[in-house]
Parts: sequence; C-alpha cells; structure tokens
Amino acid sequence: MTVKIVIGLDGTDTGERALSYAKDLASKIDACELLAAYVIEWSPFTFQTAEENEKRHKRREEEIALATSRIVDPAVKALTDAGFKATGIVRHGDVAETLNRITVEAGGSQIIVGRTSADGFTKRIFGSSTQNLVMHADVPVTVVG
Amino acid sequence: MKNMSKLWLASALTAVASSPAMAQEAMSLDQRVNETFANLTGPFVSLIFAPFPGTSFPWIVMWLVVAASIFTIYFGFVQFRFFRHSIQLVKGDYSDPNDAGEVSHFQALATALSGTVGLGNIAGVAVAVGIGGPGATFWMILAGLLGMASKFTECTLGVKYRNEYPDGTVSGGPMYYISKGFKELGLPGGKILAVLFSVFCILGALGGGNMFQANQAHAQISSIVGDYPGWITGIIFAGIVFAVIVGGIKSIANVTEKVVPFMGIMYVGAALIILLVNFDMIGWAFGQIFAGAFTGLGVAGGMVGALIQGFKRAAFSNEAGVGSAAIAHSAVKTKEPITEGFVSLLEPLIDTVVICTMTALVIIISQQLIVDEATGNYMLNEAGTAIATVDGNSGVALTSAAFASGISWFPYILAIAVVLFAFSTMISWSYYGLKAWTYLFGESKTSELVFKVIFCVFIVIGAAASLGPVIDFSDAAIFAMAVVNIFCLYFLMKLVKSELGSYAARLQSGEIKKFTH
Repeated sequence: MTVKIVIGLDGTDTGERALSYAKDLASKIDACELLAAYVIEWSPFTFQTAEENEKRHKRREEEIALATSRIVDPAVKALTDAGFKATGIVRHGDVAETLNRITVEAGGSQIIVGRTSADGFTKRIFGSSTQNLVMHADVPVTVVG
Repeated sequence: MKNMSKLWLASALTAVASSPAMAQEAMSLDQRVNETFANLTGPFVSLIFAPFPGTSFPWIVMWLVVAASIFTIYFGFVQFRFFRHSIQLVKGDYSDPNDAGEVSHFQALATALSGTVGLGNIAGVAVAVGIGGPGATFWMILAGLLGMASKFTECTLGVKYRNEYPDGTVSGGPMYYISKGFKELGLPGGKILAVLFSVFCILGALGGGNMFQANQAHAQISSIVGDYPGWITGIIFAGIVFAVIVGGIKSIANVTEKVVPFMGIMYVGAALIILLVNFDMIGWAFGQIFAGAFTGLGVAGGMVGALIQGFKRAAFSNEAGVGSAAIAHSAVKTKEPITEGFVSLLEPLIDTVVICTMTALVIIISQQLIVDEATGNYMLNEAGTAIATVDGNSGVALTSAAFASGISWFPYILAIAVVLFAFSTMISWSYYGLKAWTYLFGESKTSELVFKVIFCVFIVIGAAASLGPVIDFSDAAIFAMAVVNIFCLYFLMKLVKSELGSYAARLQSGEIKKFTH
C-alpha cells in the first residue's frame, strides 16, 4: 500500500527543513508519494475595497502562479530529481485548516511542517499555524525544528 | 472644467492667507459657492421632488415604496423566506473551498455596506427625525424591510449580467443588466436607458456619494474645533481622496476599509449602551414612534410629513432600488447569481432596520426634540419647517448632541467616525461613479482621470455649500438613479423570478448542498 505524506511548505528555511525530513522518511518507506503543499493565507471575512474585489480573481491567479513557480515547483523538482514520486498543490485559506483538508482529500497519512518562530502579538494570542495544525489535524503531524 | 480649475486655484490661494480680511473673503467664497450651486441644481431638484398634483406628496417617494412593495409580493416575501439561507451564505456554508481566495459573499456584502453605512445612518436619520418626528422612524423601518426585496432583485441581476473580461476582472451594475437584459428579452431601448442610468449614477456619485459626505464631515469637524470655512475641509478631503483614487495610495483606502467596520461596531455599541442605560424609556420611545407614525405628533406635514421623511431617508441610507449596490456586489465568486441577491437583502436590514433605528432611538430618548408640555406634541422651529431642538441642532450635530447626553465624550469619537464613514463612502462612490463614467466614455486612463478630478473638485464644493442645497441635490441625484433602475427592474424581474424558482427547487431537493468545513 502506498503511503502519502503531505509536506507543508512556507517558502522559508523551515519549509526546506520539512522537505528534507520528508525525503529521509520517504526513503525508508517502500511505496511513498509526497505532496508538496503551499497555502496562501486568506480569509473570506476580510474587508476589501470595490476595486480590490473587481481585480480579486486576477490577483488570485497571479498569487497561485507565483507560489507554484517560486515555491512548489522547485520543491517537486527537488523531490522527483531525488527519485521520489511527488506532486504539488497551492491553495488559499487558513493555513492549518487548509493543510488538513488537503491531506484528508488526498488520503494522506501524515503531515510534515516546519516549526514557525512564534512571536508577535497575534501569534501569542491565537497561536501559530503550526500550533493550530497540531491541535486540530485529523492525521499525525510531524513538526521539524 | 475651466471654471472648476479656477475655483481650485482660488481656493488654494485663499488657503495660504490667514488675515481676518482674507477670512471674511473666504466666508463670502463659501456663500458664493452655495448660491451658484443652489441656482444650478434647483430645476433638477424640483423635477425629482415634484408632488402629485393637488398634494404635497413627492411622486419619487411613492415610486420607491411601490416598487419595493411590488418586488416583495412578486417574490413571495423573499426577504423573510430566505433570511436564514442568506445568513448561511454569508457564513460561507455554501461556498466551495476550492474557490478560496476569490471574493466571498461576506466580502461583497461588507464592501457594499461600507458604501451605504455612513452619514445616512447618522446625519440622515437626524434629518428624518428632526423634520418628520419620531414617527419617521416607523416608516423608515418599513421602507428598510420592503427595500430588502428591491436590493435582492437588482443585485441578482448585477451578478447575472456582469462583464467578465479575459484578464479575470469584472464590471457589473445596472448599466450592464439593463442593456444585456433588455436585449435578452427582445425589448428596445436598453442601451439608451443604460446610458441614462449612467448619467444619473455619475450625478449620484457627485451628490450623495460625495458632496453630502464632505458637507456633513465639515459640519461635524467644525462643531468640535469651532467654525471655519468649509472649503478648507473640502481641500483636505479632496487631497486625500485624490491621493487614493488618482495617486493609487492604496494604503489609505485599505486602512479605512479596515477601521470603518470597527467604527460601525463602536457606533452601534455606544447606541446600545445609551439604550441600556435608559432601558425604562425604550417603551416610551417606541410609543412615540408608533404614535408619530400615524398622527405626526405635530410635525410639519403631519403623518404624511413623517412618512415622506422616513421613506426618503431610508432610501437615501440603504440605497435599495437605486442600483449602486449592484455595482459593488457584482464582483463576488458564485455560480449562482441569485445567492448574491440573498446576501444583498441583508444590507437594508443592517443599514436601516438596525443602525438607523438605533440612531433614531438615541435621538428620541435623549429628548433633544422639544415637546410642548401642554399638548404633548412637538414644537416647531421659528421657520416652521422642522422640530425645535434643545440647541437648535440639525443633521449630524443633532445626533452628536443626542449621543453626548448619554456619553459626554462620544462626540469626539463620532467626529472621527463621521470623517471615516464619509471618506469610505466617497471612495466607494468614486468607484460606482467611475464604472458609470467608463461605461459611457470607455476605460482609458485619460477618461478615468477626468472623472476622478471632477470627483475631487465636487468634494470642495460640497464642503463649502450649506446643507439645504447639498441635501436636495444629493437626494435628487440618488433618486434619479432609482427612476431609471426601477423602471427597468419591472421588465427584468421575471428573469430573477425564474432564477429564484430554479434555485429554490434545487435547494429543496438537496441538489444544492452545504459544503462541510
């Protein structure tokens, strides 16, 4: 049976560490698929101007294209070059909630993410995306330090 | 344009001077602007507010209320039947998670609300209650409830017939649904009516969406810092709006868009505190509202006076039937245009039934309106045109005084709220006006710049002119939009009805499902 592991990328060094840990883990499993996921933080409950709304669809496409070309595609290439079966995905939404949903939809058995540095007022009050993911995920989560 | 440039130049030169002689001259500049403006707009205002022959009832008020009532009946009281579903849509229960990142129902509603919640709720209600008495509130609430159906109709069409361009941007609004809808139905004149609507939309943007805002923002600021020439406020406002809409300084608009909702919540919160403190008077206040609605309680024009003021100010505040919201709502991401209609019907509810009523209750409870002890009726001012108030206040100053009687420092918060509301409404209406302008003159950079400069010039005129001519022109321009829009909605409403029938059937059969989150 193929094991599917989801890697949460964030475009920083912590995401890279998560990626290299996933590689290590996958190399120890016979049949393993890797899914490199990048979530663009977005909430449907924000306030925008009419002009922003008018151009929102275009901006969304641009954001997805940028995240795919800069973060996800290089990660997928690095994984496939290393001999792994890998795909990528970019979504908008709440990072923790969306990573979990992507994993459940893809039939993933675990999520690997990098540890975010929890600073700033918002994170102290509401916790980081990693904390939220650990608390609410439907599958085991590995946080790489 | 040439004359307006001269006005700008004159205003800028005078701003540099600070001597008393120059100040006196500045006052006369305000007066000159006011006089010229009143003369220019007089005939237009008279036409829109012409009464039915032999009565004092303006035909335009009847036009709006009859339309809202017809839409309410035609769609089987859609505002009540689908109220719960509207809330579920705003919460995102029916939004596909794969569409995350697109404009949500909540965002479209919030954007439209930021264009409507503003001075109409603060100053407009004070004008209604100040002239029409507490009874105007009853008619305002009724107009708000009926107006939900008008909003539903126009916003469904706004999404259904919007233009979607290859680059993914969208443009929508009455001008698009009128021309496309009429063509679909094989009716003639759609293009002409769309052009006419666009002309009125530009006037509405310059009037209610601009001059009235600038005027009342100046009134509020000068009530705090002392009287000074209006054109100074106008130039400052025009400069900031210019920086945003021409200079592209998005950060100002972004900050405003984020601060305004909190100011709105703070405003409602303050009103609630005052109402809770005076809990024992709420029953009495509603008594005054009901009694005044049918007897007038001595206000000018009696019951009809209260009714006219209530309906007028509700329409001005929530813009139901005007068509402006259809422009704001058309950017939403949905496969079902009617869902945006359901969401939009919450607008008049929030704007008029909740926020306007709060303002009215605070004004009534604070007893700013002077009552004749002997008769129990309200006393009129010397001119006999409005109810006499404790300090002779009207408009935003009346609301401010009413809130100050409960929370002494609130006028300072209110002043900030008024300025921010005014600014946010101006930004919204600059967009509505621009959409109408580009519909007429094309989407070139030069064409857009011309409109934006005109828009900024009108801010100065609005701040300098006195309330009377500004409010008359603002009302007339906004209602002129409603004349064309509602006329066309009568022909197009059957398209909405078929959408409603299909959607309701699929919702009931379970074909349209909630997404689990």
